[in-house]
Amino acid sequence: MTYHRPSTLPRAALVLFVLAIALASVITSPASPARAQEPTPSDDQVNAVAKQLYCPVCENVPLDVCPTQACAQWRQTIREKLTAGWSEQEIKNFFVEQYGARVLAAPPARGLSLLVYLLPPLAFVVGAYIVYRAVRTWRRAARPVASPPVAEDDYTRRIEEELRRRD
Amino acid sequence: MSDTPAPPPPAPRARNFGRLLLWGGLAALLALVGFGLYRTQAGPVSSGPAPDFTLTTFDGETIRLADLKGQVVVVNFWASWCKPCEEEAATLEAGWQKYRDQGVSFLGVDYVDTEPEARAYLERFGITYPNGPDLGTRISQAFRIRGVPETYFIDRQGTLVRVKIGPIEMNELQSILDPLVKP
Repeated sequence: MTYHRPSTLPRAALVLFVLAIALASVITSPASPARAQEPTPSDDQVNAVAKQLYCPVCENVPLDVCPTQACAQWRQTIREKLTAGWSEQEIKNFFVEQYGARVLAAPPARGLSLLVYLLPPLAFVVGAYIVYRAVRTWRRAARPVASPPVAEDDYTRRIEEELRRRD
Repeated sequence: MSDTPAPPPPAPRARNFGRLLLWGGLAALLALVGFGLYRTQAGPVSSGPAPDFTLTTFDGETIRLADLKGQVVVVNFWASWCKPCEEEAATLEAGWQKYRDQGVSFLGVDYVDTEPEARAYLERFGITYPNGPDLGTRISQAFRIRGVPETYFIDRQGTLVRVKIGPIEMNELQSILDPLVKP
């Protein structure tokens, strides 16, 4: 009886085939969720950028909740730019270039817009100083006037002397 | 007997300067807010020299209003998302075809729009006169427009002579342009 020993060539081919499959699965498997590049950005991703922008047509309504057709077009533009791999800052720069700095929810800290950042803390400091001054004045006004020492009060001194004499 | 010098009074000049600075700052801030409110409430520019601007059209041509002096210029603000603009689109194109040989230029300024939709709009209504985006909304701010559509008529001397708020009709367009094109 002869034992049929399989040749090593098919076995090597099998190993190579398995390795190739494994390699292919590694290459074609999706990346980790943190780095996933979705083909089209989700509404949340679009709105994350949109809420930082305001359409000049619909004043005081952030772009992510603005119901007009113009805003829908803008959100579509954001979606297209995200799909093209643009960063959030690049998209915001694009909108500023197209429609002006007033589309930004947070105006740039330069020129007159700088006042938006400087005035509130300045007003707070000035207000705190005014309150401090007012409280100090009130405290001074409420402080009782110190009565003269007993020894300096002539009337009291005379009464005390009289009392001592009677003792 | 020697006189002891009295202690210096608590620098009233510095205190006055501080107060002056505070009140001056407040007054400047109020003036700024007032000016902003005035500009917001002022409404569109309706007379006097037309604000100069440069329009880069969707075809890449650069047009400066000052270079059109000697011609009557019709500046129309529109947007693809604006329904009333659609009502006047055909009228404006017909007006352009009628008056283009009489020294009248039509310029379309696309306000707060996206380019693909704007191009589709121009194609849909067969608009052939120069049109371009209002980059940075600089032109609309110069004219202080309140919305779209708005149409501004500028005479041969570069003076703004008429403003039409809302869609314009052919008879109104003619009634404005006919006296302006008369030699």
